[in-house]
Amino acid sequence: MALMRLSSPHVHRPGKTGDVMKQVIAAALPGLATLVWYFGWGPLINAVFAVTLALLFEAVILKLRRRPLGFYLGDFSAALTGLLLALALPPYLPWWTTTVGVFVAIVIAKQLYGGLGQNPFNPAMIGYALLLISFPVEMTRWAGPQEVTGAQLSFVDALAVIFAGQGLPDAVTMATPLETFKHKGALTADELWAQSAQLLAGLHAWQAVNLAFLLGGIYLLLRRIITWHIPGALLFTLFMVSGFFYGADPSNHGSPLFHLSTGAIMLGAFFIATDPVTAATSNKGKLVFGASIGLLIYIIRTWGNYPDAVAFSVLLMNLAAPFLDYYTRPRTYGHKQPQKGIKR
Amino acid sequence: MSKIWSFHGGIHPPENKQQSLQRPLEALPLPSRLVLPLQQHIGAPASPLVKVGDRVLKGQPIAEPTGFVSAYLHAPTSGTVVDLVDHSVPHPSGMTAPCVVIEPDGEERWIELQGVDDYRSLEKHELAERIRHAGIAGMGGAGFPTEIKLHLSDDHIINTLIINGVECEPYITADDMLMRERADEIIGGIEIAAHLLTPTHVLMGIEDNKPEAARAMTEAARRSRIDIEVVVVPTKYPSGGERQLVKLLTGVEVPSGKIPADIGIVVQNVGTLAAVYNAVHFGKPLISRITTITGEAASRPGNREVLIGTPISDLLAHAGVDPNRLTRLVMGGPMMGYALGNANVPLIKTSNCIIAGAADEFPPAPPAQNCIRCGACEQVCPAELLPQQLHWFAKGREYDKALNFNLLDCIECGACSYVCPSNIPLVQYYRHAKGEIRREQAEQRKAEQARIRFEARNERLEREKTEKEARRKARAEAAAKAQAAKKDDAVTSAPKADPEAALKAAKTAAAVARTKLKKAEKALQIARDSGESDLAALEAEVSAQQQKVAASEAALKAAESTAPAKTPDIKELKLAAATARTKVTKTEKALADAEAKALPSAEKLRSSLATLRSKADAAQHALAAAEQSARPAAPAEATAAATADLKQLKSNAAILRTKLKKARKAIEAGDSSAELAQQVTELEPQLASAEQALAAAQAQQPPHTGPDLKALKSAVAIARTKVKKAQKALDEAGDNDDLRAELAQLQQQAAAADAALEAAQQATESP
Ligand code: SF4
Ligand code: SF4
Repeated sequence: MALMRLSSPHVHRPGKTGDVMKQVIAAALPGLATLVWYFGWGPLINAVFAVTLALLFEAVILKLRRRPLGFYLGDFSAALTGLLLALALPPYLPWWTTTVGVFVAIVIAKQLYGGLGQNPFNPAMIGYALLLISFPVEMTRWAGPQEVTGAQLSFVDALAVIFAGQGLPDAVTMATPLETFKHKGALTADELWAQSAQLLAGLHAWQAVNLAFLLGGIYLLLRRIITWHIPGALLFTLFMVSGFFYGADPSNHGSPLFHLSTGAIMLGAFFIATDPVTAATSNKGKLVFGASIGLLIYIIRTWGNYPDAVAFSVLLMNLAAPFLDYYTRPRTYGHKQPQKGIKR
Repeated sequence: MSKIWSFHGGIHPPENKQQSLQRPLEALPLPSRLVLPLQQHIGAPASPLVKVGDRVLKGQPIAEPTGFVSAYLHAPTSGTVVDLVDHSVPHPSGMTAPCVVIEPDGEERWIELQGVDDYRSLEKHELAERIRHAGIAGMGGAGFPTEIKLHLSDDHIINTLIINGVECEPYITADDMLMRERADEIIGGIEIAAHLLTPTHVLMGIEDNKPEAARAMTEAARRSRIDIEVVVVPTKYPSGGERQLVKLLTGVEVPSGKIPADIGIVVQNVGTLAAVYNAVHFGKPLISRITTITGEAASRPGNREVLIGTPISDLLAHAGVDPNRLTRLVMGGPMMGYALGNANVPLIKTSNCIIAGAADEFPPAPPAQNCIRCGACEQVCPAELLPQQLHWFAKGREYDKALNFNLLDCIECGACSYVCPSNIPLVQYYRHAKGEIRREQAEQRKAEQARIRFEARNERLEREKTEKEARRKARAEAAAKAQAAKKDDAVTSAPKADPEAALKAAKTAAAVARTKLKKAEKALQIARDSGESDLAALEAEVSAQQQKVAASEAALKAAESTAPAKTPDIKELKLAAATARTKVTKTEKALADAEAKALPSAEKLRSSLATLRSKADAAQHALAAAEQSARPAAPAEATAAATADLKQLKSNAAILRTKLKKARKAIEAGDSSAELAQQVTELEPQLASAEQALAAAQAQQPPHTGPDLKALKSAVAIARTKVKKAQKALDEAGDNDDLRAELAQLQQQAAAADAALEAAQQATESP
């Protein structure tokens, strides 16, 4: 009778970190499907390619660090990072750009910091931000929705564009609504969208994509994999701020709906800002964290140089997360008030 | 129905309570051996009242408490004490501890039991004493001696009595069974507790997964003569935690580091109260309890009434546990219980559950992954801590940060570990960190004490050295002067050139004579004690020495009268007085001892005590006189010395007091090593004597140095006026050598008076 001498508790809730990651991946699939629906094979090829690369890089580093491969790859965190990065990239990005992005995300932003749980910055967003700064041309060459451009790239064509360096045919490219809006010049918002049906159709495509990610996010909320605090605070703040400026000057500012339904906003709010490793942890901290990201997104979108701002906003707030954690600690049972900061 | 509050977090693990509720309560057959650990409670282990070979009756006390926080232990059945050994006891570490082993004779012969019919007629402390004599310790798991919680000191006014029938841990149904079967006993116990504590509210919490128990209790409560409110609380782990239950039922939180009694609340477990009832009404000590035996390896799970001390293996056999399936044996619940290394340990007063777990029921924990800061742990922590941060700090050995994040408020409920998707054994980290912190703090305390001791020793050595040096110098000087005096005497019989030196010499001579006398006396004493033969010679020596002393003292007196009034050596006198006093106390002690033991030496001691007392008095008088006379001359010095002494005494007393307080506190907090108790008993008389000394010193000390200062001031003023007058006279008389000399002298005197005043002022300014 060999009795096990283990410390309490002796029971454990089923469910592992790997399961959490798998659910997040699953929740992102409707978004991916919508992207494929509107933009062709590109996003799917990107995603598969990026996930494969991510697993590959992770495996190499684990090998170098002499860690058991199966155990660590089984947490699916690398796969998720690859997927999230791919979802944020333009649909027909040349393969080498994607490779650089995934490399930076997995090797530099994650493993060099010590692997899962140790990285201060969201790896996918580090990869994305680095690409955006280094290769602005490639990173802003978006395809238009197929129904708008009318040009459909076959699967083979898509592969050729991505891997053979053929370049995206001009007929296929189209600026994203956010970019269009940024360069609308003297036109008012209404005039801009009234300009052409194409633009409006483009806008609708993006709204559909965001709706898909929103659905995925709601699934995560229902499964209690994320809490409402970060996405709620983020979206609410963005809504309020954009609403304020839209109310003050509707001709020059995008409506709250416009802001909430374009770009990577839902992907960012539910899948990226909620990355537990790099976000604030306490509920109060999460509220501040999410609200600050929402505010930063609006500021950068409106007055910054980049059309979208999810990556930079998230990274900036990643930087502040430990600080937020120290100052938003819950009040422990039996204590009059929460401690603030940290004394040494 | 009163309002139910809620606490943060909590979890809903599978309850697994049904398995052990299928069969009625059964009694376990009498085991062939009972092993009774001397410590089954929090506090100091009990000390045995029996020896190997003693026959004991059922219910006979076999061990008694050794301190305030300790408990009686009784023989669970009649039989023979066959051993007093270290036996493995239920403990997470699998350690062994002293146990009484009883072999039952199967006759179950009780000692005579004495219950009380009307406990209200008893004094409260008598009632508490009865509970104490029944050896009852909290049966919910902690094992705190019950009467202490029921008979609190006057600084705790209790307004709410909470009865814990929550039993939130999965698997355990012992309290559930008890409430169903013996609701009236519990109510009886509650009435007694309420009588002792006089609370305004009596609340009983039961989880809503025990409807039958809640029904039984509600009905029984209705029949009670006091108002007992049975509150059904939602099922959530850990609602049964003392602090969580207090929050649930009253909405208030027990402040960190405090106990519920500090906010007027006492929490008692249902099992404990049933035991109290039996102890008071029937005089029955705590010798059995209800224990749940369950788990997949048990084919007949259920609740058993077991005798305290029953080996777990007996219980397992009775429940049909398949040894081949058993992989984990848990004492307590699956959340907070600990795994036992073998079944060869006894059931004790706090054993509410034994889980015989099979491999598929309790699989080995998967390897821990990295923390992904998912916050699941934080969402469930009932103490509202940040378990993930605590984990980082514990892992990184950053204990001060962990303390800052309130690690010590963690109740080790295991909710965080339960939900952690990365399977991190969080509670294990916290236990380790807490252990380390306690160890560090203990070490710090020790180091601090060692430092104080070391410094005190250094100081003492230093003092002794300077005193020795001073004595040596004095001796040398005296010798030289005596030499000179002799010469003077020889040369001329004119009045002594230096009366002071002569005085000193006389003093030394007297001292020498005294020491010699003392030595002789001692030798005589030793000889007497050991029955030496040469007593006569020694006695002669003593008397010779006595004569010498007398002579030298006479000489000394003569010298003193001839010598100008000079400051007597106050320090020396003080020393003498102190020595005399110590001698008196020592002798007193010896006398008391001797009297107690009716030794023949008592008579002698009594007489010597009398002489010593008179000597001490004389010394004290001399000292007082010297101080009186010294005051005008050198008050500053004297008061400064006295102040210093006083200070020393004060700090001594203070140190002792804090030490005592600390020790007491530690004991109250549940640390109850025999060492501490010992320390307390040692410290108490020390403190008393220190305080006495202090009081004596304070009485000796002039109440205020004010008058001295005044005297000095007036002296200064007088000296100044004199100077002025002389100056005037000189001015008027023109050049006059005599006057000038006088003036110079007066000026000097004035300066001296000034200096004395200043010194005195400084001394009084820094008390
Ligand atoms: S539940 Fe586990 S993985 Fe999640 S934050 Fe807590 S310790 Fe980390
Ligand atoms: S074990 Fe401690 S940290 Fe974990 S949930 Fe319980 S109280 Fe909180």
